[in-house]
Amino acid sequence: MSRIQSTFAALAQQKKKALIPYITAGDPHPKHTVNLMHALVDSGANMIELGIPFSDPMADGPVIQRASERALAHHVGLSDVLQMVRTFREKDTMTPVILMGYANPVEAMGIENFADQAKTAGVDGVLTVDYPPEECGEFVALLKSRELDPIFLLSPTTEASRIDTIVQQASGFVYYVSLKGVTGSQNLDIAQVTERLLGIRGKTSLPIGVGFGVRDAETARQVAEIADAIVVGSRMVQEIENSSEQELLGNLAALTSELRAAIDSN
Amino acid sequence: MQVYDMPDERGHFGPYGGVFVAETLIEALEELRVMYERYRHDPEFLAEFAYDLKHFVGRPSPIYYAQRLSEKIGGARIYFKREDLNHTGAHKVNNTVGQALLAKRMGKPRVIAETGAGQHGVATATIAARLGLECVVYMGSEDVKRQAPNVYRMKLLGATVVPVESGSKTLKDALNEAMRDWVTNVADTFYIIGTVAGPHPYPMMVRDFQSVIGIEAKQQMQEMIGRQPDAVIACVGGGSNAMGIFYPYIDEESVKLIGVEAAGYGIETGKHAAPLTANSPVGVLHGNRTYLMQDKNGQIVETHSVSAGLDYPGVGPEHAWLKDIHRAEYVAVTDDEAMNAFHTMCRTEGIIPALESSHAIAYAMKLAATMSPEKVLLVNLSGRGDKDINTVARLSGIEL
Repeated sequence: MSRIQSTFAALAQQKKKALIPYITAGDPHPKHTVNLMHALVDSGANMIELGIPFSDPMADGPVIQRASERALAHHVGLSDVLQMVRTFREKDTMTPVILMGYANPVEAMGIENFADQAKTAGVDGVLTVDYPPEECGEFVALLKSRELDPIFLLSPTTEASRIDTIVQQASGFVYYVSLKGVTGSQNLDIAQVTERLLGIRGKTSLPIGVGFGVRDAETARQVAEIADAIVVGSRMVQEIENSSEQELLGNLAALTSELRAAIDSN
Repeated sequence: MQVYDMPDERGHFGPYGGVFVAETLIEALEELRVMYERYRHDPEFLAEFAYDLKHFVGRPSPIYYAQRLSEKIGGARIYFKREDLNHTGAHKVNNTVGQALLAKRMGKPRVIAETGAGQHGVATATIAARLGLECVVYMGSEDVKRQAPNVYRMKLLGATVVPVESGSKTLKDALNEAMRDWVTNVADTFYIIGTVAGPHPYPMMVRDFQSVIGIEAKQQMQEMIGRQPDAVIACVGGGSNAMGIFYPYIDEESVKLIGVEAAGYGIETGKHAAPLTANSPVGVLHGNRTYLMQDKNGQIVETHSVSAGLDYPGVGPEHAWLKDIHRAEYVAVTDDEAMNAFHTMCRTEGIIPALESSHAIAYAMKLAATMSPEKVLLVNLSGRGDKDINTVARLSGIEL
């Protein structure tokens, strides 16, 4: 059983939902990333989604774009990101780490080389935003043969027949994009998400994470009623952007605790 | 007989092309693919397209024998396909007319576009006004500054121009931002991509709409000189004017196809926009796999060309394929060579060419000099240079 699967299994037993904060590796400075990851876990995160900086993040809104730009100003590349995961694993062997990024940095490293290095670094899942299942069969096979979970997005416009195709390739969990738009857009429509999740549950037993529109604790609480995992990205990154270096760990921990409490209040 | 048959049904040109987008865009692309398949051979749609190309754009564009230029060089005879004479001054409008007619059939009241130098933005704003569609154009804030006349043109035509402040603030960032708009407003919005790049079906669709250039040229060359040229030469940024003239010639194996990229300050300086000539690594950007200028970490690097329309780190996937199968040859000329060709063309032929097209002219001049007068070169004069006079003056140290 993968670390992601066992984490979901353990949470299900406790009747709890997974909180997955997203941060971009190297934002605001590479020296903070591992400490931030530990702080998120200490304040209630169950998994970490770690963004691979990219020069052209087409699916991301302005907040996460700026995070990529801050990281790239320090020349944070994919091998640096993997080194951060390796360092994180020295103290934390329990918390799943999911890399989220775009295809080109992965292809520049070489997909097989990446899969090997991600495995040894202690990565658990990989979400490559611009790799739809039709284009990444070989990559998915490489991940699966190393027991890394390929994570796929489902969107409000994904047709029923396509959901079948995607969930057959996915493992770990599936990630439902709660709105039409880029990351950090307006608040999601909870009634619509509820209905869509019912449809997805009819097609897969994989846990479902929801993200792209979770902007505050109350939305997180509502999403926790229907999803297995709540992904909070732009809100976390905004907190990084608005914090001085001294406040950084404290502010991120406080925000995570607030989200945790809201999710657990159901 | 049609032998060449690309792309495959999912938009692959060999290993290139494809659909590399987030799941949020898949359905919109599928809808577009289905609708384009329905209309691409529909007689009524094609008749409407042909009508607008004739009466609104002013097609067919003529072929012109550049006698003085040819004699000055003293080698092969140089002919120009005059896309510069189209309404709005470049080949770009052929494609925007086609896509806007499709938008209308799909019931989309709003069109968006990305633009670099502004030509595609102007062409989109023009057809949007003609068809009564709302139009939003994304343009890097650097380009907004450099191309003020085109920004004003778009506004005159009723379009909203949105300056893009992210990344390098140029064409590639405008494309990112247009994609973000599309994913957010997908229900009522049609994204008119200006070049033969992007996710399937764009590279194929833009090529098809632009192939009117090559279809006309084949007929016109036959009428004018009784045969086809020895080589067809076109500049390549994303590559839409080149694909438009190359495509109908692909099965004519006696005709060499030559794409001319922007070598900027020189390939060896790294400050260029010539991923094919420089043999850049293959990668994924803007929805397709192609040759791509990038650093060792897979980050897209900033490009340089004096010509904003060629200043793009990737290239259409069909060009990548034509390079690999050796059906087309790709070369590059520097800023200085292009500027020199620009001035020669102005003074020798009385035609002010776009700086983009000046790259093709520069290479044609070099090549013609090595050939005998029995040989014929056909150059796609993709646009006129009125938009570039500020740039040229600045480089010549002149304040306008």
